[in-house]
Amino acid sequence: MSHASADSFVQSGIVARTLARRGRWRAPEILFWLAALASIWLLPDRHLILNEIAIIGLFAVSLDLILGYAGIVSLGHAAFFGLGAYTAGLIAKHFALDPLIGLVGAAATAAALGWVTSFLVLRGADLTRLMVTLGVALILAEVANQAAWLTGGADGLQGVIMPAILGRFEFDIFGTTAYVYSLAVTFVLFVIARRIVVSPFGLSLRAIRDNPLRARAVGIPVNARLIAVYTLAAAYAGVAGALLAQTTQFVSLDVIAFHRSADVLLVLVIGGTGYLYGGLVGAVVFKLLQDWLASITPQYWLFWIGLILIVLVLADRDRLTARLTAAWRARAPGPAGGAGPANGPHATPASGER
Amino acid sequence: MHRRTLLALAAAGLAATSLAGTTVGAQAQEIFKIGLILPMTGASASTGRQIEAAAKLYMAQNGDTVAGKKVQLIVKDDTGVADVTKRLAQELIVNDKVGAVAGFGLTPLALSVAPLATQAKVPQVVMAAATATITEASPFIVRTSFTLPQATQPMAEWASANGMKKVVTLVTDYGPGIDAEKTFTATFTKAGGTVENMRVPLANPDFSPFLQKVADAKPDALFVFVPSGYGAQFMRQFTERGLDKSGIKLIGTGDVTDDDLLNGMGDAALGVVTSHHYSAVHDSAENKAFVAAFKKAAGFRPNFMGVGGYDGMHVLYEGLKKTNGVGGEALVNAIKGMAWTSVRGPVSIDPQTRDIIQNVYIRKVEKVDGELHNVEFATIPNVKDPVKAAKAN
Repeated sequence: MSHASADSFVQSGIVARTLARRGRWRAPEILFWLAALASIWLLPDRHLILNEIAIIGLFAVSLDLILGYAGIVSLGHAAFFGLGAYTAGLIAKHFALDPLIGLVGAAATAAALGWVTSFLVLRGADLTRLMVTLGVALILAEVANQAAWLTGGADGLQGVIMPAILGRFEFDIFGTTAYVYSLAVTFVLFVIARRIVVSPFGLSLRAIRDNPLRARAVGIPVNARLIAVYTLAAAYAGVAGALLAQTTQFVSLDVIAFHRSADVLLVLVIGGTGYLYGGLVGAVVFKLLQDWLASITPQYWLFWIGLILIVLVLADRDRLTARLTAAWRARAPGPAGGAGPANGPHATPASGER
Repeated sequence: MHRRTLLALAAAGLAATSLAGTTVGAQAQEIFKIGLILPMTGASASTGRQIEAAAKLYMAQNGDTVAGKKVQLIVKDDTGVADVTKRLAQELIVNDKVGAVAGFGLTPLALSVAPLATQAKVPQVVMAAATATITEASPFIVRTSFTLPQATQPMAEWASANGMKKVVTLVTDYGPGIDAEKTFTATFTKAGGTVENMRVPLANPDFSPFLQKVADAKPDALFVFVPSGYGAQFMRQFTERGLDKSGIKLIGTGDVTDDDLLNGMGDAALGVVTSHHYSAVHDSAENKAFVAAFKKAAGFRPNFMGVGGYDGMHVLYEGLKKTNGVGGEALVNAIKGMAWTSVRGPVSIDPQTRDIIQNVYIRKVEKVDGELHNVEFATIPNVKDPVKAAKAN
């Protein structure tokens, strides 16, 4: 967002070092994943919702790849999620293949759709993209509704029985296999995504996001990069959808409905864009809030979640984080210099007060 | 980057503590928990409100102890989404150890839970969803609402008996709607009439283009099915298009003149003929007492969804009395064949299909004490679900 001043004069050595530094795993990240791993044993009776969180987290990571890194806004990301879900469901229903093959199939079909529709997304700016992505998702939802012979229409895809993973791990009623499976897939794909965004490719995406014209001027093949990342994100979303289909052993039209696209955007708004963890954190916060509020007040939880979202946006999440970071640094002065919130990109004079 | 990873960590920590906090719960053996999974928000929220109010009323009237067990209701919002419903049911079964899951406003939601009911041997009482095939999805499903073919067939017979020759059907495009369309078309054409079919999407229904086509087709009657809660919108567009003055008679299953919404539809609804298993002005002592108590407790009129919930609680209570508090398969077996006088009239649970057998009434919208009501004027006794009855023969 800020320093784009000397981009044409950087030495390759500096670039390599910067990228390597950015690619290094930090303690909080490792702790985050350890906590996720520990939850398998520590929260044995919450695996079902944790499974859902892992899936939505992966879905949000997928959206973050295009929104946070390439600046493509989308209101129709559920198109890929839904396609992946139906692909995985149909593969299981008709061929009874291993779930991992279903994942690959879902990734492939979703990537194919992503590749085709990416050409539409290249045209126009934000508003056009919103409309185009929304349109693609709506068309796909209607196709799924009409093709009842294939998808089961509004009643959902019946008779999906998922074989055991690798022929060994049966899906159980407690959701343990499901959660471990989803968490593992999410982790692997996350590591790959993390590797990609700190590569020169990822850097070029950010350049495109910040200023497409200048990116083109310094020789970045803008269209090719956008097509690549859109296709990749579609594949990710497809895998997330496949995970949902496989772990719930049921696919219905909601997988492709508008509220999926909206929810995942909401998750990213809560967690923050452009650092991959935003999707995961947002998913954790969003699902837990929803589950907690809906169990207290089944009728009115939407009101409370709306209120919390407004407060979150008004209070400015970045500022809250900056304060948290400042507190962390005050307690444990690390080597990363520059105490105080002036370090963050949102270093407005207003930050840090009250 | 750093501060954000920190945020991630903080959130993970918070998550862990809040999750751990919710897992603590006593599981005393003397409690029989019923997981009531209902659409409490969104387009079908009225269904959820009705059933929740009715279930609570039943418990208030009959006490919360049955066969020595304390009955506890756990209400969950399914948000109208199938995978959420399935997860909630799974959590209720695994974590809360519920003895029965109940509710289910829409067909896909009921179907998504069916494999779980079978796997965990937990009775699933369907209090609302009305596609005929639902009870075939699991041997643990019992239904206390109705099926669309059950309500539709008498309507088609009545229409042809009353001189109608050409009818257009307009149904919502999902399981129950298609059931209604098929049943109506089959019955009505067999009796010598002609039928034209139209379907409206379930999400965001806009009836006006279809109503225009209906006006152009000039049938004797328009047969309508919309899910509970959508009737008011349909009636408004029906009036806006002037169809109420076109001489085309409006007929349908009772979903469209849902008691919950009927009074708000205005005089345009007067004279609409529908067939259904329950009306709030059903003439019986049981019903009068029920309606009065329901209005007092909930503040609104009960509709057929509420009655489905009320009778759903009844089969669970009576079943538990028979099994002496034992749940699972024994409870389902105890419910099979159960017969009683419901507020809707005499009903029984078919021991073969676990579906409800009940009277279907032909009703006409009239003003009763200044309020619009479905006044019953003909009764077709002991109607079985025709789809499953046809399969059995």
